[in-house]
Amino acid sequence: MPEIRIHNPQTEPAPEPEPAVVAAAAPEHSAIRRYLLARGNSAVADRVFKVLMLLCALSIFVIVALIAYQLIDKAQLNWTQSGLKFFYTAAKNPVTGQPQYWDPVNGNFSAIPFIYGTLVSSFLSLLFAVPLAIGVAIFLTEMCPRFLRGPLAFLTELLAAIPSIIYGLWAVFVLVPLLREYVNPALVKTFGWSGLFTDENPTGLGYFAAGIILAIMILPIISSLTREVMTAVPHSQREAVLALGATRWEMIRMGVLRNARIGIVGAVILGLGRALGETMAVTMVIGNTPEVHKSLLANGASMASVIANEFAEATSDLHRSALVEIGLALFVVTIIVNAIAQLLVWAVTRGTPSQAH
Amino acid sequence: MSTSAFELRSKFRALTDHTVTVLAVVATILVIVPLAVIFAELIYKGLSSLNWDFFTKVPAPEGETGGGMANAIVGSAVLLGVASVIGIPIGIGSGVYLAEFGRGTKLANAVRFTADVLNGVPSIVMGVTAYALIVAPHISWLPFLGHFSALSGGVALGIMMIPTVCRSTEEMLLMVPHAVREAALGLGVPNWRSVLSITVKTASPGIITGCMLAFARVAGETAPLLFTALGNQFWSTSLNEPIAALPLQIFIYANSPYEDQRRMAWAGALVLIVLIVLAVSLVRYVTSRGVLKGNS
Amino acid sequence: MGVSIEVQNLNAWYGTNHTLQDINLNIPANHATALIGPSGCGKSTFVRCLNRMHETNPIARATGTVRIGDLDIYADAKPVEIRRRVGMVFQRPNPFPTMSIYDNVAAGLKLNGYSDHKHLDEIVEKSLKNSALWDEVKDDLRKKSGASLSGGQQQRLCIARALAVDPEVLLMDEPCSALDPVSTSKIEDLIFQLKAQYTIVIVTHNMQQAARVAENTGFFLNGRMVEYDATHKIFTNPSDKRTEDYITGRFG
Repeated sequence: MPEIRIHNPQTEPAPEPEPAVVAAAAPEHSAIRRYLLARGNSAVADRVFKVLMLLCALSIFVIVALIAYQLIDKAQLNWTQSGLKFFYTAAKNPVTGQPQYWDPVNGNFSAIPFIYGTLVSSFLSLLFAVPLAIGVAIFLTEMCPRFLRGPLAFLTELLAAIPSIIYGLWAVFVLVPLLREYVNPALVKTFGWSGLFTDENPTGLGYFAAGIILAIMILPIISSLTREVMTAVPHSQREAVLALGATRWEMIRMGVLRNARIGIVGAVILGLGRALGETMAVTMVIGNTPEVHKSLLANGASMASVIANEFAEATSDLHRSALVEIGLALFVVTIIVNAIAQLLVWAVTRGTPSQAH
Repeated sequence: MSTSAFELRSKFRALTDHTVTVLAVVATILVIVPLAVIFAELIYKGLSSLNWDFFTKVPAPEGETGGGMANAIVGSAVLLGVASVIGIPIGIGSGVYLAEFGRGTKLANAVRFTADVLNGVPSIVMGVTAYALIVAPHISWLPFLGHFSALSGGVALGIMMIPTVCRSTEEMLLMVPHAVREAALGLGVPNWRSVLSITVKTASPGIITGCMLAFARVAGETAPLLFTALGNQFWSTSLNEPIAALPLQIFIYANSPYEDQRRMAWAGALVLIVLIVLAVSLVRYVTSRGVLKGNS
Repeated sequence: MGVSIEVQNLNAWYGTNHTLQDINLNIPANHATALIGPSGCGKSTFVRCLNRMHETNPIARATGTVRIGDLDIYADAKPVEIRRRVGMVFQRPNPFPTMSIYDNVAAGLKLNGYSDHKHLDEIVEKSLKNSALWDEVKDDLRKKSGASLSGGQQQRLCIARALAVDPEVLLMDEPCSALDPVSTSKIEDLIFQLKAQYTIVIVTHNMQQAARVAENTGFFLNGRMVEYDATHKIFTNPSDKRTEDYITGRFG
């Protein structure tokens, strides 16, 4: 064990410390030291703070539980009446023999037309949005000149931030007349033979209009998430393919898209999740008719749109309960779809912070 | 492979490459066009209807033309006030927990995942929940229950803000360098004080703009208000009664038979979009310039 | 005045990694003691055990006794209390980015609730004088932010900040490694002056710095303290062969 040391003078002379500073310091020093020694260890304050923050974090779970509880509770009435049949059968009109899906007067409720409407409009929107979104993502990540990249990315972010009501406004006053005057008649003429486009509905509203506005709305989400997963692919992958003599498209296809495809699927599913729950824009253009039609140009309704339209003036408790049950179904479906999408995107980007929706 | 077959194949590959490039550019243009058109329409139709009446009058009685959106603007302010009081403190608190106490823990991962999923739940579902929580119950001795009210609308918007503010706060706090926290702890500053006065304060520009983003998002929400705040044709700022809101009034005016009221819908939309563009631009500015690193 | 530090059987772990093994030494009051050794030998960990800063890492733990003055810092007190008595200066200068120079120096006091503003002014001035920064910043105390100073100035600001809470011991973890030679020599002069009032423990990669500044030096290797003696003896006539190999540059 080494001994206690000898105080050795160093080779350079130590500069004289300012005597004024040292002398005046002594009494003030101990005052500060005394003050600080008297302060406690703040263990209580630290614990209280931590608990408070923890409670805030747990509120996220509380919110989910609250939503689930309220929805299940208020849907009880309709559930005891119809059970699961609510989702796949409907009462029949005694006179015409046609299914009577939504009849508040007689208390017959079926969710079929709304599920149908939601699915049709959402898948239509994916059909239009996915190719375009991936095209934009490819352009922005691989082809775009550097100076354009920032502004274009900013514009797509802006598109994602526009509220649903504004899209709906534009759709009603600009898109629908366009469809009514030009697009729909052309579609009927060209594709009428398929039965998907008939001319019985001259308003321009319907599944097709809803599909288009939804496509515009989900496009930025799919695009920016696809860009994120494409940028996450390491450059070495791109270089490896290029070194084999590939063209740029082949490099993108083999080096980037192949590696990012899980994340891209996730982005698409996230877009689907948004389309399923979109309310205002759809309500304004889908026609709000609780019926099922094969024609894409016919009026229909979606799960979110019927709630938006009828909830405030629901005529009976059963009516309201049926609407709540539709809301519950929407909640469950969107949670599942979003959870799957988040997992897929996370698997590729490994914890990169997600975009604000 | 013979030379000509090889050349043919090369030409085909080059052609495919060029086609794809064209397709990608076309796709981008097709995306930018609706945006440009929507904005152009908004500005054109909206600006022409923005007049003094718009900002000072309430909606005209049923069946009459004219009127304004004054009560809707004030109503939105009230609703957003309630929503912020609920959403911002809890949201920031949960973000603080995720960044400062729960880093790496399973609980924090679960909270983060749930918050992200919650952000994707349709806003109309939040409206139904707020309805069931506040509008539906009939308990005579509790004042705010049992009827449509501004409070229920504010609650619906507030619970929408919580997950958004939580995630943006967490992201901003994670950007504060660890050295700053160490400096504070090394001075013997209590942990709670260090988190609040040093870490949160350093990240505060980012946190504030994250809150603004959440604010702008719920400012445009219509669906949750349809059967909670309900809308109101008259002046009202009371929390205990239905209240008008900007997006709601836009919806009502959009369905109006009168041309000038329909144009007012556009004006309202313009006001709304200006708010949102400001918030988004501000967020971009703060996060890209690294203002929170203390370059002020 | 400073106090002495007595370390007995100190062991430290980061998770399963046994970073410090059976450290025993006594650091005298009002002296500067240097700790040298190759990267990863545990000298930084050791210094962080002296003010329980290693506990900010959730997988770290330590056993043994560390007595600062007459206080057993592991048994008798909480980390927050210790750190008010044992100040620390870090490898990279870390002034608080959102605060002015004045607020940086006063931070340790203000954040602990001290509100006597007149007195604070005096303390800030004295701390900045003691860290040889006063003349350079006295006109901009509240106007400039801490982050706007040069690297060497920032480190002296951090020293002033640590001194403002009137610690008994000052720990310095490679304080000059990120600085240029001029700033380094300014800080070394500072340590000379500060020795009179505080006990200083300085971790350094730079053997010449240890020779310039400290009366005693400890050599760490692989988590153990190999030799601890007067500086001039370590550098001219070390007892252990490993010390000699390190000094002469055979490894490290």
